[in-house]
Amino acid sequence: MGAGEVPGEGGRAARAGGGVTGAREVRAQGAEISAPALGMILFIASEVMFFAGLFGAYFTIRGGATGWPPAGTAELEIWIPAAATVLLMVSSVTMHAAAEAAGHGRDAATARWLLITIALGALFLGGQAFEYSQLDFTVSDHSYGTLFYSMTGFHALHVFAGLVMLGLVWIKTSRGHLSHGRSGPVVAAGLYWHFVDVVWILLFATLYLLR
Amino acid sequence: MELFRGLKARGRRFLLGVLAASFALFGSACETNVGPQDFLTPEGPVARRADGLWDVTFAIAVVIFVVVEAVLVFTLVKFRRRPGREAAQFHGNTKLEVILTLIPTLILAGLAVPTVKAIADLSKKSEGALDVTVTAKQFWWEYKYPDAGVVTANEMHVPTRTPIFLSLESTDVIHSFWIPDLTGTQDVIPGRTNNMQFIADEPGTYWGQCKEYCGLSHANMRLRVIAHEPAEFERWLQDQSQPAANATSGAAAEGQQIFLQTCVNCHAVQGTEAKGTIGPDLTHFASRETFAGATFANTTENLRKWVDHPAAIKPGAPMPDYGLSAQEIDAVVAYLQTLE
Amino acid sequence: MATAVWEQPRRRNIFARPTATTGWYSWVTTVDHKKIGILYGVTAFVFFLLGGLEALALRTQLATPDADVLSADLYNQFFTMHGITMIFLVVMPMGVAFFNYFVPLMIGARDVAFPRLNALSYWIFLFGGIFIYSSFLLGGAPDGGWFGYAPLSTKLPTDGMDFYAVGLQFLGIASLAGAVNFIVTILNMRAPGMTLMRMPVFIWMALVVSFLLLFAMPVIAVALFELMFDRLFGTNFFQVAAGGDPVLWQHLFWLFGHPEVYILILPAMGIVSEVLPTFSRKPLFGYAAVVFAGAAIGFMGWGVWAHHMFAVGLGPVANAAFALSTMFIAVPTGVKIFNWIGTMWGGSLRFNTSMLFSVGFVAMFIIGGLSGVSHSIVPHDAQQTDTYYVVAHFHYVLFGGALFGIMSGLYYWWPKIFGHRLGEGLGKLNFWLWFIGFNLTFGPMHIVGLQGMPRRIYTYPDGMGWNLWNLMETVGAFVIAVSTLVFLVNVAVSRRKGRYEAGADPWDARTLEWSIPSPPPEYNFAEIPVITHRDDFWHKKYFVGPGKTAEPVFSGGAAEAEHEAEHHIHMPSPSYFPVIAAFGLLVAAYAVIFGLPAVAIGLLITTLGFFGWVFEPGAAE
Repeated sequence: MGAGEVPGEGGRAARAGGGVTGAREVRAQGAEISAPALGMILFIASEVMFFAGLFGAYFTIRGGATGWPPAGTAELEIWIPAAATVLLMVSSVTMHAAAEAAGHGRDAATARWLLITIALGALFLGGQAFEYSQLDFTVSDHSYGTLFYSMTGFHALHVFAGLVMLGLVWIKTSRGHLSHGRSGPVVAAGLYWHFVDVVWILLFATLYLLR
Repeated sequence: MELFRGLKARGRRFLLGVLAASFALFGSACETNVGPQDFLTPEGPVARRADGLWDVTFAIAVVIFVVVEAVLVFTLVKFRRRPGREAAQFHGNTKLEVILTLIPTLILAGLAVPTVKAIADLSKKSEGALDVTVTAKQFWWEYKYPDAGVVTANEMHVPTRTPIFLSLESTDVIHSFWIPDLTGTQDVIPGRTNNMQFIADEPGTYWGQCKEYCGLSHANMRLRVIAHEPAEFERWLQDQSQPAANATSGAAAEGQQIFLQTCVNCHAVQGTEAKGTIGPDLTHFASRETFAGATFANTTENLRKWVDHPAAIKPGAPMPDYGLSAQEIDAVVAYLQTLE
Repeated sequence: MATAVWEQPRRRNIFARPTATTGWYSWVTTVDHKKIGILYGVTAFVFFLLGGLEALALRTQLATPDADVLSADLYNQFFTMHGITMIFLVVMPMGVAFFNYFVPLMIGARDVAFPRLNALSYWIFLFGGIFIYSSFLLGGAPDGGWFGYAPLSTKLPTDGMDFYAVGLQFLGIASLAGAVNFIVTILNMRAPGMTLMRMPVFIWMALVVSFLLLFAMPVIAVALFELMFDRLFGTNFFQVAAGGDPVLWQHLFWLFGHPEVYILILPAMGIVSEVLPTFSRKPLFGYAAVVFAGAAIGFMGWGVWAHHMFAVGLGPVANAAFALSTMFIAVPTGVKIFNWIGTMWGGSLRFNTSMLFSVGFVAMFIIGGLSGVSHSIVPHDAQQTDTYYVVAHFHYVLFGGALFGIMSGLYYWWPKIFGHRLGEGLGKLNFWLWFIGFNLTFGPMHIVGLQGMPRRIYTYPDGMGWNLWNLMETVGAFVIAVSTLVFLVNVAVSRRKGRYEAGADPWDARTLEWSIPSPPPEYNFAEIPVITHRDDFWHKKYFVGPGKTAEPVFSGGAAEAEHEAEHHIHMPSPSYFPVIAAFGLLVAAYAVIFGLPAVAIGLLITTLGFFGWVFEPGAAE
């Protein structure tokens, strides 16, 4: 990140201690993966546990429930979320294109693909907001509502965080901060975006398809 | 520094003294443990089964403890730095390490077998068990004898040498039912019914208390199990299934009036119009030795304090303070004492 | 110092990085892992004093039957806060303090992978601690136990449990960021030649702990969110009437909670594995076994959570399965004990205070381990669960284990951190009072537990046979307090100039951190070392002679001389933004409890902090 030979912080971490001008160049043990990418992989591993906890809660409560959804609550409409799912899956493809472009140092293409990805993510959130407005139960009505809103809500928050992350990367790309093959942040943000996408597919299957 | 050097020799002697004293204390404690909630003195087969496993585990643990600590102390003394002592430079000893990994593994496997067997055995319901439903509430216990239609609180009466099969339920938060001399703990969880079983060998009063933190007066949610010879138990059950007699005269009658205007919201007294289910059923209140979660002895003095201002002597008790006058309190207490 | 390169004319830029290297401002903006380590340590010690005062109050109340020192309400707040404090605000951050200071030094790196993220972790930890403690002034501290069992925790009337739910989330963010940071540092920034199996055991334990945190914190995060939502938004995770399930909380909590136990104890095990070889003048016995046992504990720690729930009624099959897993997790722990004794066997033992605490750790941990195994005997666990026997057990592990290890580490590394040793005379007094006080406090709890005294009761009646033991425990608690005072006096006295001046390598130690000056320069290593051995620094000083004894190497070898290179080493510049981002989260945390819309303000501050973070220049220019 930024200029100068700084140990740690970004791709420079690959060299132990960063630039030691005047001393012999030494390569750190390990360090096959760039620090931001490794950090992101670890963070995603931790997020997997978070969603595993939520899914665990879902199946614990659903397993002990007498009716699902409880009597008096209609089954969920499937078309809007299905369309949103397609949007999100397409956004994973465009994200992949952005990372590819960044890997080849094509800044303009990277920025463009990032912008398309952001737009698709924003559309997904819009679709979810619309779906919320159509539902006839609330978060406090019953454990079904509690689980539905908290799981989709947490996912939406992650989509939002992903959008912020992509936004920052987009600004940096447009300003030329990430040229010369420093694609680490784009790759890292991309990993996160794909993760959010995969979680949604699991959520969609669990909440809408598993009747 | 002089001070600390002096301390060294004396310190060692002092330590030895402390050690000796603590062993003596431990010894005496083992001899004189007469606490009513002690679970090293089981009084029924369920508790005895657990205690038997404990005895084996404890014996093994003591042996391991003595051996390992002795080796440790020996090492510390033998290999302390002395002039001319050179540390031997070795990195390990694979054979020894494998052996020392296998030994604890084998010991644990040996312990696992009787443990798993006991878990399986203790989970079965016995033939001819007496059913009792326990409902835990902040901070007291309700017992229902479904076959006899009797409801009582805090003190559970049971026949000796008979399996008692409990169904445990909670209406508010998680509690935990425990009578150490007869059986271990079973959590009582809202929304589910847990079961446990125990047998009392001899007549007597066995103490227990709520073991899962349940709020302000968790410490004051105690209980008793009173075991009778079977014939005597039948008599008790008979008595308890009778409705209460109306108080006809004096302070008690006045107390009944007050009771039926205020206490009636929460309490039931069979044979009157009091049918409340929030608090304990008081039909045979005067036959109980204790009240308020088996926390207070059932005396006039304690009852006065309780009726006057419950939360003052039992923090967080849900029973409201009705602001009764001293005279009214005396009357209510007098009424309660007629509920034999 | 390397400051020379930083003091170039600054542009007026709101993203310009701060440059102070001394004074309080330098501490607020520091991204130096060593300063952050000291901040962690000092903060955790202050919380240790607070948690200790709570413990003294609890023990005073329980010294006699039917006592009236604390009300039931205050007692419940204190025992809850004592647990939260000692676990989340003392033992965990103390481990992190050592990780911060010594992970880079012991692997031959100049800093951690993400220095500013590291600073962010610290500020979040500090603000989280202040946040939770401020509840005492804002209507009442958490009073549902550190385990916060639902549904009680969803129903307690004060804001205390809101502070618990939000505050622990807050601290969790710090732990998570720290975990990512240490894993990347350890995997990516080791000096050349330092293969995984040449890493000091302490580094291995840091790695295992970081992975445990990485996977355990999100699980409790889920539980805490659910608790918070049930309390604040009327959701129904734990509300039976609306289809919720209170046992769900226990599964999530203990799925976090048991790995957490190892998060607390493994750093101390790592410290002991460094101290014992140094003062025995021998390499660690069975390095591979100790490393493997640590990793095995890390894995098996995920399969034992329901042994906290034997009384829940999960059924005989589940209980038997968890009994077995609980028994067998004792095996790797036993392996470690044998290896520590094996390390001392045949050595030349020097009983410095640090060594005494490590030996004390081994001696006490044996007791905690044995009582731990007895919990797996399910039918008897049904007796001892939730009694003082359990309190005795985990204090033998967490006080006799973790805290003894931490004290050992403090005495061991003090000269490296501050350039002077702590006094040995006061140190030994400190140790013996600590040792006696500890056993006096927690030893009798075994007995009183077997006599049927439950935990978490604010009072008990006379005539239960518990009086003598309780009085002894209270006396012991005050002995520990005196010992802590002795430690503080020792710290103050030892500071006097020149009194216990220490060079680079006062203990004739084995690992890399002792090869550089005390205290270490900002950039740690003038020249990144190239590693050829496990215990590389020892191998620069000694070789193993024909009689299997250590012979000194005469050519050089001792602490490295200062190099000219230092003027060319660029270190990451300090930054304001971590503290700003953390402050925003603090505002958001209060807003969750006291005025939901204000959460936006807090998150805005945090977002601005991160914005500045991303766009500030890489170094002061």
